[in-house]
Amino acid sequence: MTAVTTTPPRDDTSRAFRAALPHLAPFLAVLAAALLLPLVGNDYWALIGTRMAIYWVLVSGLNLVVGFAGHLAIGYVALLTLGAYTTSVLVAGNVMPPLPVFAALPIAACVGAVFGVIVGLPALRLRTFYFAMSTLGFATIVTQIALAWQSVTGGGIGIAGPEFPAPFNTAWGFYFLCMAIAAFTTWISANIARSRFGRALIALRDAEVAAEATGISKPNMLIAIFLLAGALAAVAGGLFASLQTYITPDAFTFDLSILFFIAILIGGRGSILGPMLGTIILTILPEIAAPLAAWSTFLYAVLLLVIVLVMPGGIAALLDFRNRRPLASNRAIVPRPAALAEIMRRSSAGSALSLRGIVLSFGNVRAIDGLDLDVAPGQIHGLIGPNGSGKTTTLNVISGYYAAKAGAMTLGDRALPPGLPVLRATQGIARTFQTPRVIGEASVLENVMIGGSIEGRATFIEALLTLPRNRQDERRLSAKARALLGVVGLEALADVRADRLQHSELRFIEIARALMLDPVFLLLDEPAAGLSNDEIERLAELIKAIAARGTGVLLVEHHADLIFDICDYVTVLNLGRTLAAGTPADIRVHKEVVSAYLGG
Amino acid sequence: MLASILASGLAAGAIYALVGVTYNTMFSTSRVMSFTAGQLAMLGGVFGSMFTLKLGVPAIAGFVLTLIGCALIGIITEFVAVRPVLKSLDQHLYVLSTLAVALMIQQVAAIKWGTEPQPFPRLIGWGTGVTDEKFWLPVVACAITILGLEYLYRRTLVGRAFLAIAEDNFAARALGLPERNLRIASYALAGVIGGIAGFSGGELLLAFFANGALLNFYGFVPVALGGLGNNRGAIIGGLALGLFQQAANFMVGGIFSSVAVFTLFIVVLLTAPQGLFGASTARRV
Repeated sequence: MTAVTTTPPRDDTSRAFRAALPHLAPFLAVLAAALLLPLVGNDYWALIGTRMAIYWVLVSGLNLVVGFAGHLAIGYVALLTLGAYTTSVLVAGNVMPPLPVFAALPIAACVGAVFGVIVGLPALRLRTFYFAMSTLGFATIVTQIALAWQSVTGGGIGIAGPEFPAPFNTAWGFYFLCMAIAAFTTWISANIARSRFGRALIALRDAEVAAEATGISKPNMLIAIFLLAGALAAVAGGLFASLQTYITPDAFTFDLSILFFIAILIGGRGSILGPMLGTIILTILPEIAAPLAAWSTFLYAVLLLVIVLVMPGGIAALLDFRNRRPLASNRAIVPRPAALAEIMRRSSAGSALSLRGIVLSFGNVRAIDGLDLDVAPGQIHGLIGPNGSGKTTTLNVISGYYAAKAGAMTLGDRALPPGLPVLRATQGIARTFQTPRVIGEASVLENVMIGGSIEGRATFIEALLTLPRNRQDERRLSAKARALLGVVGLEALADVRADRLQHSELRFIEIARALMLDPVFLLLDEPAAGLSNDEIERLAELIKAIAARGTGVLLVEHHADLIFDICDYVTVLNLGRTLAAGTPADIRVHKEVVSAYLGG
Repeated sequence: MLASILASGLAAGAIYALVGVTYNTMFSTSRVMSFTAGQLAMLGGVFGSMFTLKLGVPAIAGFVLTLIGCALIGIITEFVAVRPVLKSLDQHLYVLSTLAVALMIQQVAAIKWGTEPQPFPRLIGWGTGVTDEKFWLPVVACAITILGLEYLYRRTLVGRAFLAIAEDNFAARALGLPERNLRIASYALAGVIGGIAGFSGGELLLAFFANGALLNFYGFVPVALGGLGNNRGAIIGGLALGLFQQAANFMVGGIFSSVAVFTLFIVVLLTAPQGLFGASTARRV
């Protein structure tokens, strides 16, 4: 490696701006078009433009739920209805003295946030179709309540929508107000998307197990997102009621829900620009093809089917030119373990990981049957044995995916609670998986940054407004992730989508992700499976360098050469019990091990 | 009042149960929960009214034509929305593709049939009051369907092949069972069951395009309560749901009955995500 040329710091901002420009340009183009509309359009176009902006206020929040977290919330019209009625009722003064609309709107946002969580909470337990159904059910109920609660909502007769004070009481004045709010929600949803929260949502969607191992708490993430999406939907509802001037339950058809939902799918998952274009297209579509207006839902449905069958990536995938460039086919992974010293905190905790009398059964099968195991800091401990002997199960017990039926685990003098995989990362335990669990749709760099999620200090609100602490977090995480990618030899691929990589590269991504934690203990589950001989040799050097930083490594592996080459200590399992334990030299000549496992 | 609750509760429950069985029939061979289940039942009512009232076909022939129509829609669903996404079952694309087809069915029905509920003919003319045929017809249809399915699954080769595929798709294919044809057959069968639900419940629910979305939800509740693919659970769950809903309807009023059903649904799902009679979860790690 040659010395890296240092650039003066004053170039940093302009360089960052130039790097961000291709991402920003489409948004600026949409904004410019929105600002030019008053010059070319009449009041009718103001109405359509306003509707578009209002829909986008809702969709920008829903996008985080559907596009990022991957929860199929198809009934979000319920929250639009809720926001519309809350604002209208507060302004009309049906239940309490009338409020000015700019006070009613924030209250509606709070109500929407609370109900957003109530509607969303089932997502913690329910999968896909079930969750879709529960949001659908909620949508039906809200309309029925609006119909029945006549004293407040006016029932089927309806209620007048809130009126905004001047200068927002003209068509174009209201248009600019909605556009400003839409621009703001675009900004905050993009901030979330680019922060550790956005990455964590995608991680929970595509690699939930790995996300848990890095300490990402699903309930916390989802509640934050549902609060935001609910609040935005309710604000959109308040604006919608004002645009309609008069609302009845009929105004909130299920077709609207479908429009919001499909706009996101047409746009593509994990994108902000895509769903925005989707919203624009779906709002304009019935307008420019007036005879088709009655068939608009049918058109949406056809579009949805086409997207699912032909182009699951949506508009975002179409616009993703960068990831269509071919990758070099003869690329080799060349880790530089020496660089580890500069990046990884030296693990100072001199505490050992120890398991005593662990028992775990699946039905009548005792997968682990009274296992004792000690991993010292800085030691490479091999765990070998025939298939089904309980190696991976042991890792899963340590990392909390299985709660042992009996026995105790301690890290130093503290007991490790059984179960609770989310808490392992805070205790400095990181792991990789037998089949690499990476997020295919995220870039390699983002995948590695996931590993440092719990080190982020900025709160959700700080990330929302991209306050200094969030920017610091991002800089620190991305610098460390890049450096670790250099250590595992993948820095050239940092900005490539992870699903375009080869299997062996995914294994090294997982190691880099685990190292983001500066782990006290690292659990590696068959890291050499599928690697070429050269790659295994480099992996061996890397593991040795990690252990030299004071990290204890527990290595499950079938490649006997690798085990005997790098391990300080080896435990051989058979049928969930320790068959033998000792130094590699002892194990190599152990009679039972040779006959049961090594052969020869 | 008790008699009214029982009569309307069992009738509605039988329809929900049949829609639940429709879900299960499609799920068993494809592992797909399809949004079209409720739409098939809606079509049962709409086709029935169209053939018998609009076109003047005799009731029996209208019934058969209705079932054929629904079976065709079922088969189309399999070709359009299920087969193409089976390869990526874990991405849950089927939720979206079947939703798309269900929306298309609903929209075409709304435009071609109209958005107002339209009458359904009296089929037999037996009974008045709480013994009116609109109350007992769905229950009888449900009972006959269950007996028919039991016979199919236990006594016929095709039925056993269905069970084999539902139990273990890979093993069934390794045995040489024509998995693809059986899947098409099961979607046709689901269409027939949905058609029976809609036709027998036509006098109660009328021929109304919006019944599809309603039955989608109320038919899914018994499936969720009883556990995926468990017909017995769906029947018990469906009847219990019907009685619960009608009891709430008579006691606290229609709006709050749907709130009550929704609350029950969420509470049960959160406490027992696998359903009350369901099987255990797959391993995650």
